[in-house]
Amino acid sequence: MKIGAPKEIFEGEHRVAMTPDSAVQLAKLGHSCLIESGAGAKAGFSDASYAKVGVEVVASAQALFDAADVVVKVRGPEADEAKLLKSGQTLISFFWPAQNPDLLAQIAAQGATVVAMDMVPRISRAQKMDALSSMANIAGYRAVIEAGNNFGRFFTGQVTAAGKVPPAKVLIVGAGVAGLAAIGTATSLGAIVYAFDVRPEVSEQIESMGANFVFLEFDDKQDGAATGGYAAPSSPEFREAQLAKFRELAPEMDIVITTALIPGRPAPKLWTADMVQMMKPGSVIVDLAAERGGNCDLTVPDQKIVSDNGVTVVGYTDFPSRMAAQASTLYSTNIRHMLTDLTPKKDGVIVHNMEDDVIRGATVTRDGAVTFPPPPPKIAAIAAAKPKPKAVELTPAEKRAQEVAAFKTQTRNQVGMLAIGGAIMLGLGLVAPASFMQHFIVFVLAVFIGFSVIWNVSHSLHTPLMAVTNAISSIIILGALMQIGSGSYLIILLAALSVFMAGINIFGGFLVTRRMLAMFQKS
Amino acid sequence: MDYGFTTAAYVVAAILFILSLGGLSGQESAKRAVWYGIAGMALAVVATLIGPGAGNWAISAVMLIAGGAIGYVVAQRVQMTEMPQLVAAMHSLVGLAAVFIGFNTHIEMSRLFGLSEEARAALTGFAGVIAHKSPVEISILRVETFLGVFIGAVTFTGSVIAFGKLAGKVDGKAKKLPGGHMLNAGAAAVSLLLLLVYLQTGSSMALVVMTLAAFFIGYHLIMGIGGADMPVVVSMLNSYSGWAAAAIGFSLGNDLLIVVGALVGSSGAILSYIMCKAMNRSFISVILGGFGGTTGPAMEVTGEQIVIDAEGVAAALNDADSIIIIPGYGMAVAQAQQSVSELTRKLRAAGKTVRFAIHPVAGRLPGHMNVLLAEAKVPYDIVLEMDEINEDFPSTDVAIVIGSNDIVNPAAQEDPNSPIAGMPVLECWKAKQVFVSKRGQGTGYSGIENPLFYKENTRMFYGDAKKSLDALLPMID
Repeated sequence: MKIGAPKEIFEGEHRVAMTPDSAVQLAKLGHSCLIESGAGAKAGFSDASYAKVGVEVVASAQALFDAADVVVKVRGPEADEAKLLKSGQTLISFFWPAQNPDLLAQIAAQGATVVAMDMVPRISRAQKMDALSSMANIAGYRAVIEAGNNFGRFFTGQVTAAGKVPPAKVLIVGAGVAGLAAIGTATSLGAIVYAFDVRPEVSEQIESMGANFVFLEFDDKQDGAATGGYAAPSSPEFREAQLAKFRELAPEMDIVITTALIPGRPAPKLWTADMVQMMKPGSVIVDLAAERGGNCDLTVPDQKIVSDNGVTVVGYTDFPSRMAAQASTLYSTNIRHMLTDLTPKKDGVIVHNMEDDVIRGATVTRDGAVTFPPPPPKIAAIAAAKPKPKAVELTPAEKRAQEVAAFKTQTRNQVGMLAIGGAIMLGLGLVAPASFMQHFIVFVLAVFIGFSVIWNVSHSLHTPLMAVTNAISSIIILGALMQIGSGSYLIILLAALSVFMAGINIFGGFLVTRRMLAMFQKS
Repeated sequence: MDYGFTTAAYVVAAILFILSLGGLSGQESAKRAVWYGIAGMALAVVATLIGPGAGNWAISAVMLIAGGAIGYVVAQRVQMTEMPQLVAAMHSLVGLAAVFIGFNTHIEMSRLFGLSEEARAALTGFAGVIAHKSPVEISILRVETFLGVFIGAVTFTGSVIAFGKLAGKVDGKAKKLPGGHMLNAGAAAVSLLLLLVYLQTGSSMALVVMTLAAFFIGYHLIMGIGGADMPVVVSMLNSYSGWAAAAIGFSLGNDLLIVVGALVGSSGAILSYIMCKAMNRSFISVILGGFGGTTGPAMEVTGEQIVIDAEGVAAALNDADSIIIIPGYGMAVAQAQQSVSELTRKLRAAGKTVRFAIHPVAGRLPGHMNVLLAEAKVPYDIVLEMDEINEDFPSTDVAIVIGSNDIVNPAAQEDPNSPIAGMPVLECWKAKQVFVSKRGQGTGYSGIENPLFYKENTRMFYGDAKKSLDALLPMID
């Protein structure tokens, strides 16, 4: 099959869906690759670098659409591009089918198949082709860099000869992929990072990245995670509690990065105008949700504005495109993984298996029909969060009472055991002769010594312990040795056999113990 | 030499034995302690040979040397992975020896009853000891002999079966004859009945039948216990062999036998207790075999197992700073300890912190993993036990699980309905990333699903442990 990547015609889009590296990998799947001249230029990939790895460079988009069986793109098709699609051709790109129903219907009518990269289900197997995540990762990183660019101070706290510099405080709202990437970047730059998310189960992830989870005390059993690992809209009460918390934090924060998005809805307004008002002059807000209206009231999509009180609000929507080389590399790898799944035999033949959860989920038109929305995936993305029972704090008095009770039961048990043991002893003493009792004392004391000695044996030496006890339990040889002097041949025979077996044990046991112990070496 | 000297030698030997066991509290002192044990044993044997009752030195010496030679060869040749089998085999020898010695006592007793009063008074040595006993003492002697033979016989067949299971010669699965534990109980009841008969009549028949019944109990009991419970079984048999020695000591009136038997018996009992505690199961439930019934439906496992290849593992290991390796029986089966050691050496050479986490019931013998790792020259100070290392998992970059399953099963903590609920486990899932080296998608000994394999930070590294690790080694820099 011929895979072709046209030049992106969307204004300001610098990315490209195929890189020389991904073309090499696609060739291994048995595909041949085409690229429109100049497609990779803005991402730093020249036509020559493509030609070098055997990619055919074609002059125009028209020629590419004519020649390719599969067209790979970054942005969804513009109306002009959509017209070029032929029946039986496959388009792989971002598409946003829910937002573009007309385009979807049009392409379906043309008979082309569309695999929407934004519809790849969020299951573990599909992570490698999850372009939303890889782009969000870049956006999160870039957001911090962008914030730093507009922020007049250091991120990290320093004590210099010229005075002390406090560390910057960063708040990340929404700990999705972008949020987590932003947390990682900001912490590694040395800032003190706080992060908030409506899904309580991500607190561990937030903390693992080195940020402080902003804990919201809220009684209602609100669970912000909808199916598929994305956030769901929250109740008005919850929203109020959330905003109150933000108001509390706003005056302290130097940088706020908002990444809150709910699938299929405008971005929730979380950073209101009055919060911006509370922030210090020179602070920066980066709104990663700008494309969907923004989380901040002041956000103007695609623009950087400065508020009355000197707070910069960055509303760019093209963060991945601003890092075109990195974004193209990751995106083309996502595309390549998608094509790997579509080419199961690696023979250059595309098998569009609609039984496969991932492929079914991502395919939005096929054979002239619209196949969106897909049925829900069979596998849940994230196990449902289990409510964690809180450990009940004990008052000192209760603790004391517990200790006393434990001590009492312990005493009772011990005394009880002693009483029973003593009674048995005495009962035995009544019937048993003195000679037996003498041996019995020895026995009981030996058991006691045994118990106290063995408890101290190191766990790691349990195998040598078994071997050595094995060897010394062959002390039974003494019995055989005492009997072997007897007159009866049967006794001599049995005793001799016992000596023989015990002999194996004594030598075998001790020697193997010695061998084992010699192996234990300190580093 | 007179009797006093022998007793004095026994006292010294007993102290040496106690020191020998006590020395096992640390790796370095243990190396000295084993010599105490050897010295104690030599002293005890010599003292007995020159003491009262011994004779036929030539036979004794020949037998001892022959046995010793076999023991020496076995000890030199045995593979460390075969330690469980060896220990079980040795237990069986002690058990059988106890049976023989018990029978000897019985034969001697019967013979003496035939003799006249004067002849008995004239007897010396072991026969003399018995001859001078009063009727009550004779009854007690019978009980002691009976017990010694009984425990010895159970130990013998039990150990033989345990050996077979550990060596793979007998199917490791739990198997019971129809009738199950009732058969054992029946055999035990018969034995008890025979004890009464034996007490009254001293009949040889009763002793022989009881021995057969005890052989059966040993066989059937251990057949009903599955492979992974073997640590408990072996330490239990260890304990039995001690008690058998103690019972024989009583019947012979030999204090050293009693002391050593009690030491070994209590040692085995403690080991069994530790093992049971580590599995959160009662001793009884282990001995009766199988896992107890569940109290409700098991928690559903969501997610999917994600496979990773050697390159992925190598990349993660190269990036990691702290690594914890959790070996299990699978490592022993695959003989992968050398590869593990080599991996450890390479990672440590790269300046990473590598440690081992050992669960008390990992492997088929208490402390089995420690010995295997020691054999592969992994320094013992980086091999830690569960309680020492469990809190460190959250600050660990990579945890590698090699051939263990149930001991790293989070269901023990998360699912109150799980058959292993409450069992202490290694909390490896708290590490940033977990790699599980495993042969295939099977369940562990308990037969339950392991949610660890479905966790988001877990990657499955399928294949034979040794081959997987060998593939991994060249990629570590």
